Amino acid sequence: MTPGNVPRVRILVAVKHVPDIQSERSLGPDGRMVRDGGDGTLNELDENAVEAALTLVEEAEDGEVVVLTVGPDDAVDAVRRGLQMGADEAVHVVDDAIAGSDAVSTARVLAAAVRRLSEQQPVDLVLTGMAALDGLTSLVPTVLADLLELPALTLATEVMVDETAGTVTVRRELDHAVELLRAPLPAVVSVTDSANEPRYPGFKGIMAARKKAVTTWTLADLGIEPDQVGAAGARTAVVAAAERPAREDRVLVTDGGDAGVRLAAYLVENKLV
Amino acid sequence: MTSPVLVLLDHAADGALRPSAAELVTLARPLAGDGGVLGAWVGDGPGPDALAVLAAHGVAAVHVVRPDADPALSAVTAEAVTAVLAATGAGLVLIPSTFEGKEVAAHLAASTGAGVVTDADGVQLEDGVPVASKTVLAGTWTTRCSVVGAPAVVTVKANAVPAEPVAAPREPVVVEHELTVSPAARRVELVERTERAPSDRPDLSGAQVVVVGGRGTEGDFGPIEELADLLGAAVGATRVATDEGWIAKEAQIGQTGVTVTPRLYIGAGVSGAVHHRGGMQAAGTIVAVNSDPDAPIFEIADFGVVGDLFTVLPQATAELRRLLG
Ligand SMILES: Cc1cc2nc3c(=O)[nH]c(=O)nc-3n(C[C@H](O)[C@H](O)[C@H](O)COP(=O)(O)OP(=O)(O)OC[C@H]3O[C@@H](n4cnc5c(N)ncnc54)[C@H](O)[C@@H]3O)c2cc1C
Ligand SMILES: Cc1cc2nc3c(=O)[nH]c(=O)nc-3n(C[C@H](O)[C@H](O)[C@H](O)COP(=O)(O)OP(=O)(O)OC[C@H]3O[C@@H](n4cnc5c(N)ncnc54)[C@H](O)[C@@H]3O)c2cc1C
Repeated sequence: MTPGNVPRVRILVAVKHVPDIQSERSLGPDGRMVRDGGDGTLNELDENAVEAALTLVEEAEDGEVVVLTVGPDDAVDAVRRGLQMGADEAVHVVDDAIAGSDAVSTARVLAAAVRRLSEQQPVDLVLTGMAALDGLTSLVPTVLADLLELPALTLATEVMVDETAGTVTVRRELDHAVELLRAPLPAVVSVTDSANEPRYPGFKGIMAARKKAVTTWTLADLGIEPDQVGAAGARTAVVAAAERPAREDRVLVTDGGDAGVRLAAYLVENKLV
Repeated sequence: MTSPVLVLLDHAADGALRPSAAELVTLARPLAGDGGVLGAWVGDGPGPDALAVLAAHGVAAVHVVRPDADPALSAVTAEAVTAVLAATGAGLVLIPSTFEGKEVAAHLAASTGAGVVTDADGVQLEDGVPVASKTVLAGTWTTRCSVVGAPAVVTVKANAVPAEPVAAPREPVVVEHELTVSPAARRVELVERTERAPSDRPDLSGAQVVVVGGRGTEGDFGPIEELADLLGAAVGATRVATDEGWIAKEAQIGQTGVTVTPRLYIGAGVSGAVHHRGGMQAAGTIVAVNSDPDAPIFEIADFGVVGDLFTVLPQATAELRRLLG
């Protein structure tokens, strides 16, 4: 894209910085996720959203991908990873007042940032992951869409954009049904981990990302009052959190020829069948 | 809380009530006080079978909402629930914790400002405030979360409470509502919806017993299915098995698949990767059969067998058939 030109498609991708799920994760005395363990990464499921955005822009042969995160200082690593994968720009909303937000107040901050980015240049699509692997509520994409007064197409396993018609169609697989949903652009679309295979940033991508800037916004930049977000703005609060005790009386047998019989006996004796 | 509690009654397109309905109604009863438990039924009204189940479990009134748009769209169902909330003054809404249910909850949060707790396995009232319990971080922590202000929305996992009938069932009052859906709820068009053919086996998410196969099956789910059918269990799988096409995608258990909380989970040829554990670690009893003594699933198994699933499972199935007669 040459400077000054309006890109054909402009896609925003909301990405979250989460503790690595392979690490020892814990909640603090305040019931909040401990996020200073140094084990944070880009939410794996958001890599699928970044991948979907990059693919759509490549197909359109002209366009721009902006990665956007809301989170503490470390969260900048999530958008940096997005830049390494190939995104063009990054925005990090950071403000101490955001700590303790629930899903709705997080969506509120994201919505303000999306609005601000749309004022700069029109946005065609806002992509998200299917869930953040820490909070795992899957609420944010739909709340975000509603706050922006945009259609929400969730859990896409396939995303098809028809530029001429100005629509996006997604395929999704639910427990009891398979659906095709369509909506006019702009729209919010969440993609699943079976939508694509995220690319791995190569050396070139990592070097190129170093030159890309990350814009930082505070709540004041977005015109959000601090009491609208964080613990103050949240309608849910964690009142207690405890690590689950390890399972007791565990049995491990090595098959010496009768393990199937012993397994059957275990199930019957413990009235499990 | 003396205000009524509203339960979103999940049902198939043909009107068959899903098992979550009786479970959520049971959970709602002690929370509802004089207000009673109300049901929200979106779409063509419940038939006699569904009404009988709702009566047996103590539903005081069923609010049937017929929207002029497809209730398969979550925004349409959310508007229907909002209409019932407005008509009844219910302070707490319980919704099944499926992907669709969580979407309805998200729309309610945006339109009413409700706080939402997802994936709860229990709800209590403390000083009149709903407090939901939930297991988080792949089943390794338990939390209790309060929802401030009305309405409060809680999505509840399958099997959180066993459905229990009431001592003195009464036919619920049926209240009909017509709903003209707003343009906002029509932003998304349902181009096509294909319901899956119902299987003879129980629904995975609500099943009491689940038998699961992973890569170790090498594509042969025979021993898994035989044991499952003897136990009346649902069949589940790891993502490796569904990605390989050995079994349908909807059988995937885990962080990005179905979350199960059965009384009994039996996994064979499953390593116990953290993505998989996220969807099953809260199961009552975990049994694992794996040829590798160092497989991570043994860290959480109540009964582990180091062995070949192709000999251990058939032997267990034969022995169970003998013991259970
Ligand atoms: C263990 C635990 C349980 C929780 N339970 C609840 C609960 O029941 N109800 C509740 O309201 N809150 C809950 N929270 C708080 C909630 O996780 C946070 O508010 C979070 O910022 C948003 O929700 P999520 O992580 O569930 O995201 P999801 O809704 O699962 O995320 C879906 C997608 O939205 C986008 N997204 C989400 N967060 C951000 C972000 N900060 N920046 C950019 N993009 C983002 C990403 O694309 C992501 O893939 C919980 C938090 C924890 C740690
Ligand atoms: C973003 C993301 C999301 C994911 N979501 C999910 C999810 O929702 N659900 C999920 O399951 N996975 C998910 N995965 C994949 C997950 O990380 C693991 O790769 C997967 O769970 C492993 O499946 P498995 O146990 O079948 O295979 P493997 O890990 O290969 O384990 C196979 C096991 O079988 C044993 N075995 C082999 N032969 C035999 C035999 N004859 N008898 C007994 N045991 C035998 C082996 O010892 C081994 O332990 C996800 C991954 C990513 C990156």
